[in-house]
Amino acid sequence: MRFAFALLAAFLAMLLSVTASAGVLPDDRADVLYHRFEGGGVTIHGPSVLVRKKLAEKYSVSANYYMDYVTSASIDVQVSGASQYKEERKQWSLGFDYLRGKTTYSLGYTDSKENDYHATTASFGISQDLFGDLTTVSMGFSKGADTVQRTTTDPTDPNRRIVDPSFKEDVDRWSYRVGLTQILTKSLIAALNVETITDEGYLNNPYRAFRYVDPENSLKFRLATEKYPHTHTSNSASITSRYFLPWRASVYGTYRFYTDTWGIRSNTGEIGYVYPLKNTPWTLEASYRYYQQDHADFYSDLFPRIDFQNFMGRDKELSTFSDQAVHLGASYEFAKQGWGFVKKGTFNVFYDRMQFKFDDFRDARDTSVPAGTEPLYEYGANVYQVFVSVWF
Amino acid sequence: MNGRWQMTTSTEASSTVRWQQRLKLAVAKASVIASLAAAFTGCGNIEPWVKPYERQQIADPIMAFDANPVSSAYKDHVFEAREGSRGATGSAGGGCGCN
Repeated sequence: MRFAFALLAAFLAMLLSVTASAGVLPDDRADVLYHRFEGGGVTIHGPSVLVRKKLAEKYSVSANYYMDYVTSASIDVQVSGASQYKEERKQWSLGFDYLRGKTTYSLGYTDSKENDYHATTASFGISQDLFGDLTTVSMGFSKGADTVQRTTTDPTDPNRRIVDPSFKEDVDRWSYRVGLTQILTKSLIAALNVETITDEGYLNNPYRAFRYVDPENSLKFRLATEKYPHTHTSNSASITSRYFLPWRASVYGTYRFYTDTWGIRSNTGEIGYVYPLKNTPWTLEASYRYYQQDHADFYSDLFPRIDFQNFMGRDKELSTFSDQAVHLGASYEFAKQGWGFVKKGTFNVFYDRMQFKFDDFRDARDTSVPAGTEPLYEYGANVYQVFVSVWF
Repeated sequence: MNGRWQMTTSTEASSTVRWQQRLKLAVAKASVIASLAAAFTGCGNIEPWVKPYERQQIADPIMAFDANPVSSAYKDHVFEAREGSRGATGSAGGGCGCN
């Protein structure tokens, strides 16, 4: 163990002692995006605005404002007997980068607010270019603090929902990241990322329920509030690589492995292609993504009884399932020769078709068959993004 | 008497063997650290096998891992809210109330 620390110390000392000359900060850029998700009885749409600006070639500041307008009548809402609901989420983020030689230090802060959920995250990162800038090593740490609340019917007005004053819980989050980016050849680059995240606190969704067998009930099942463990630690590692093709196009592939203390293991794979059309301002892109996971240890579609075990959940996100996504995109470059203070700009339209297929989450809305024999649930989703990017 | 002498010798022998093992381990560790340090010290002067003037393909915007951060952050959020997995996307992430 001491040997490992010695090696780590030597590596860190090496990182800090490398003679610095010059690194690169991200471009000055502004993006205005409209996003829309439709699927599974849920529509979520809204804007996102991201602006980044360099100062004195040593500092870079960024700001992002993001909104979700949610209208939901998902399967979870319908099974619980609730009616369609609407809500908003507003998120803002600030970032600050400081470049010193070949080292970039980053600070970030994010605040996300809904009427019943408030999340804040502070992050610190450091990245270092090495070996003639062929290698970039990065490390990061984030600390998050969330407040979980829930809404309930106003006792004075049954048509109005208010935040339940008797319910307020906390979640603490820690994230540790390490990354390595390597230029392998003149046309091949690869990156490795590893991240460990630990959460502690109230990790349930307070609105969701698990179901258990009840022969006395006409539906043969009843619902009860989920019980999640109060800790959750996950480890994920991904490798991604891009290759430049001779006709000026790029092809890329990504693989991610994930495992956590709840028993979920997953594999994610993605391949993609980016192709600028010759002698035109258009760039086209396409990708395919596949994801598969095994269910959490405390997940079941239908528990035998209400007190079957300590922890019980029926979130479909904890079940065994797979999803596939096909992505298509087109970008149009304008003001290529510059226009006023604008160096160039792009107009982009992206579309994703997603298909989710569950292996042990049943469609409990179907009451024509005995509980536990309903058809397995599946749904499709369309995701649209339209955005304008301007470099200045 | 004879047995005691043998016992003493045996204890001394095993002690010597332990010290030899420790010494060997220490030398091995020192060698590894020294060679790594030497390698790292030299690393600063490694001749890049892809020269700066040979990186126009790598520097092309179509080779960027995150060409559109505003879009990739949104896509990461879409998947994280609907899948049981998270992390290792290369971004700092942030609480979003996804549960």
